[in-house]
Amino acid sequence: MKLLTANFLSCAVKACKSSPLSFPLHFKDAELASKSVPYNPVLLSNLLPRLDWPALVTSSKELGFALPDSKPDVARISTPSAASSPSDGDDTAMSMGATDEDEKTLRMLHKVLMETEVVEGKMVCGSCGFEYGIHQTVANFLLPSHLG
Amino acid sequence: MSRPEDNLPPDLYYNDTESRKYTTSSRVQSIQATMTNRALELLDLTTSSFILDIGCGSGLSGEILSEAEPPHTWIGVDISPSMLAVALDREVDGDLLLGDMGQGLPFRAGSFDAAISISAIQWLCNEDEKGVDPKTRLSRFFDSLYACLKRDGKAVCQFYPRDDKQRDMICSAAIKAGFGAGLLEDDPETKNKKLYLVLTVGGEGNK
Ligand SMILES: [Zn+2]
Repeated sequence: MKLLTANFLSCAVKACKSSPLSFPLHFKDAELASKSVPYNPVLLSNLLPRLDWPALVTSSKELGFALPDSKPDVARISTPSAASSPSDGDDTAMSMGATDEDEKTLRMLHKVLMETEVVEGKMVCGSCGFEYGIHQTVANFLLPSHLG
Repeated sequence: MSRPEDNLPPDLYYNDTESRKYTTSSRVQSIQATMTNRALELLDLTTSSFILDIGCGSGLSGEILSEAEPPHTWIGVDISPSMLAVALDREVDGDLLLGDMGQGLPFRAGSFDAAISISAIQWLCNEDEKGVDPKTRLSRFFDSLYACLKRDGKAVCQFYPRDDKQRDMICSAAIKAGFGAGLLEDDPETKNKKLYLVLTVGGEGNK
């Protein structure tokens, strides 16, 4: 379970659909690991407006690290120009158009959202208390029949 | 040719042996790649996007999304733990969830730019082991898919309906959820014919 995914998941129990307490799900007994994935600043700047920042701050706190209280402001980066060949897609070329400050923010978001993983643990709904188990990074969202 | 959908639920059909067999078969890999590339072409994404892969299995499609130009980030949902275990072994970049699309997708509104599904949604036409009927499962699936896509979002689902009746049942459930829907058939009249359901949010479809 990446923090990215957690920022978009809410409780699957039908009765929780309308409850503001069902998002975000709260991490419990989480074991963290870091997994390296390719840096994609274009995607991150595309995602940023959709992130629920207060939820991300809450999730981070539960996992033991701190983020700034308010959502950082990063200009939308467009797709790298067609002129640059895909093969030289190194990090510098990809980030063209971003300022140094934006670059720092995007690197931080990359680490938090894309590379931080909960390997084992639980996610608990603040509304109904249902616990979604996480095992080998995979969260189990299969609901027992009386809830599904 | 017998259809696995007619015999067992997907989490039982794709056990460890079948999952590995499925993933390592070069024929399966190549068909899966062709269909994923076709779905990507139909999605027509111009920038790196956040994509939901429904019935992601062992991540064969996801790998193509990760390596596309521009590269995409994806979350995969599948009901088969064995398939997901193979995906983990293959160290795919996407995040994986164990879930049943027929129970609805547990994402908040407007999460994804796009969704793809390769050879999966016909499974919704099976009654599940709890006796939930296909109509309910289809509407839970399409309603939640509609909600979790962005307002200009798009989904492409390649699927294998058992017959025309099943095809129509799936399409009308999508339209009922609010999607603008189109059906596209590649290689019609051959045994390789492939059916793609192309869904748009905020399209011509009316609720
Ligand atoms: Zn709940």
